[in-house]
Amino acid sequence: MASLVLYPDDERLPRAAGITLNFYLVTALVLFLAMMALGLGMRSSQAGWLGLPPDWFYRFLSLHGAGMVGTASLVTTAIMWFFLRKYVQLHLWAFVANYVLFIIGLWCIVLSVMAGSYAGLWTILYPLPVHSQGMWSREAGAIFMLGYLGIGMGQLLFYLDAAAGIIARYGNFSRALGLQWLFGGEIDQAHPKAVVASTGVLIANTLGLLAGTVALVMSLANAVYPSIELDPLLIKNLIYWFGHMYPNATIYMGCIAVYELLPRYTGKPFVMGRPFLWAWLATVLYVVLVFPHHLLMDFAQPRWLSVMGQLASWVGGFPVFVVTAYGALVNIHRSGIRWNMPARLLVLSMFGWMAGIVPAILDGTIAVNMVMHNTQWVPGHFHFYMLLGVLSMALAFMFHLVGQRHGQVPPDSGGDRGSLPVYLLGGLVFLFGFLGGGRTSVPRRMAQHIDAWTLTDRIGSIGAMLVVLAMLYFVVRLVIGLLRPVAQAAGDGDGLADAAR
Amino acid sequence: MILQDMIGSIALAGVSLVGLIFLVVISQAGKPADEAARTRAARAAGRLQGWVFAVLLLGFVGGSWATLRNLPIPVQDVELGADHVVEVVGGMWYWMISPDSVPAGSLVEFRVTSVDVNHGFALYGPEGRILAQTQAMPKYTNRLLVDLDTPGTYTVQCLEYCGIGHAPMKASFQVTAAGGN
Repeated sequence: MASLVLYPDDERLPRAAGITLNFYLVTALVLFLAMMALGLGMRSSQAGWLGLPPDWFYRFLSLHGAGMVGTASLVTTAIMWFFLRKYVQLHLWAFVANYVLFIIGLWCIVLSVMAGSYAGLWTILYPLPVHSQGMWSREAGAIFMLGYLGIGMGQLLFYLDAAAGIIARYGNFSRALGLQWLFGGEIDQAHPKAVVASTGVLIANTLGLLAGTVALVMSLANAVYPSIELDPLLIKNLIYWFGHMYPNATIYMGCIAVYELLPRYTGKPFVMGRPFLWAWLATVLYVVLVFPHHLLMDFAQPRWLSVMGQLASWVGGFPVFVVTAYGALVNIHRSGIRWNMPARLLVLSMFGWMAGIVPAILDGTIAVNMVMHNTQWVPGHFHFYMLLGVLSMALAFMFHLVGQRHGQVPPDSGGDRGSLPVYLLGGLVFLFGFLGGGRTSVPRRMAQHIDAWTLTDRIGSIGAMLVVLAMLYFVVRLVIGLLRPVAQAAGDGDGLADAAR
Repeated sequence: MILQDMIGSIALAGVSLVGLIFLVVISQAGKPADEAARTRAARAAGRLQGWVFAVLLLGFVGGSWATLRNLPIPVQDVELGADHVVEVVGGMWYWMISPDSVPAGSLVEFRVTSVDVNHGFALYGPEGRILAQTQAMPKYTNRLLVDLDTPGTYTVQCLEYCGIGHAPMKASFQVTAAGGN
């Protein structure tokens, strides 16, 4: 079971590990802010307030998509590493290698977009990356994809190390997932939720990463030897297997922070029950099967795949609504929680995830997808659980760490208290700008908008400005806080949850 | 009611309900319960969890049946029995649509493909909302069935990003009233 001690001794990092973690977190904060600024620029351009030329709009869109998804993965990998290392042996070299490969991949992507004019978007949908009608070169497309390969290889290395650690400690994945308790037996309450979640996510995301790697290698072969023609539908399936799994894995990795930290702020244990174990098993299975919901408008697909995509999309709501978010709500209820920044952000993250699933499940319905696919409804729902869900998890984790470096007291300054409502309000306005655009059939990923579409663009832009403003505060506050040395507590590790409550 | 408006209302209601649940729980969060109350609350939470699961399961079964029994994706390899067949070819950055008009009240089959990259064939009605769509893919033909009852000028807009000419990649499609107007 997760510790109720606010800052337990086993979370004090050796110097090299602490520096590496700071590299992850500071890089993520800077990238999040930069990508948000690009997003604000694009929304403002759609609103008619900024005249971005179309080629720059699509270059920024490519950078924004790849950058945001990659950064979300970077920061949630740090969350998974930070907590999993307490239960299994992880090697620092794997964590460092993931970071180095991420940075190499990031520079490939930046080089491809800024120097090579690549604008084929983060989804690299074959054959667009190498068939641009002169907008960018075949080489630029190939460098962009090589960047992905670097980032994916780093992630796979990290997962392999985590898998080795989990198997060494628990014998196999089944026992790590707690499957021995599915139908009976007394569940070991000391079995960490972080291990269950980490095992689930590494199984599912490794499969997605492998699918993406196959698609990338085939696409690169086509880029070098154009005579090697690929099946566009097969590549599309592989890309969306990866493209769905990779961002979704960030939610599951980020969620580990909720399992570990929320009980410390509420003072109530997050009880491990059979529903939790069933939920994680269901998640591992459904998340592998759900990707065809990205291809519902590809009628050449076998119809059973589309039906499976819809059913898996709907099933995906169960683990969240019935177990994770529900469990968090039960944990909060009448707990006497002392509200501070980490606690507020943890609760916000559960709301963002749970609420964002509503429009997502609707979009996963074939009849709805027929009129909503590739409209702004789609960024509306994924920004919901990425912005208010995943980013809130990451911010909660970082604010918690800042407390560790500042007298072991969780942050709760006036600036913190003032910036969070700006972030939430701005986020909701921004999100409903997208969802409203989807309702009125405004296409996504489009540089030029007709006048009839600009109302929701303007609403969304105002929301985005507020989000960027709040994020600017968070970034400055967190970077300064994270770069401080870790404080020694008065009782050297006796920072019990009560101290924070 | 237009489908998009209905979906928008359902989403707004769902998000609001989630928000309301959080507000209720948050309003209680600062009032710690004693041990006896915690035990009672834990039992009640367990029962409620069962009910939440049952309600969602019912919604899953009923919703799946309601939305999948008339699958909007036509079977692709049989005769669809449409009144008119319209051939659609997408390319960077144009649409070739033949014929480009049909009489109102027709069941129309669009056979959609692409000569280069992925495009999205979206049919916007005269009032500016999407009526139906399918992907235009190289090497594949997607067959889409649409009832076109309302006369007017429809717009075919590319909905899958396909390069710098993506936004202007649109075309008109006429649905004519009886008498040809």
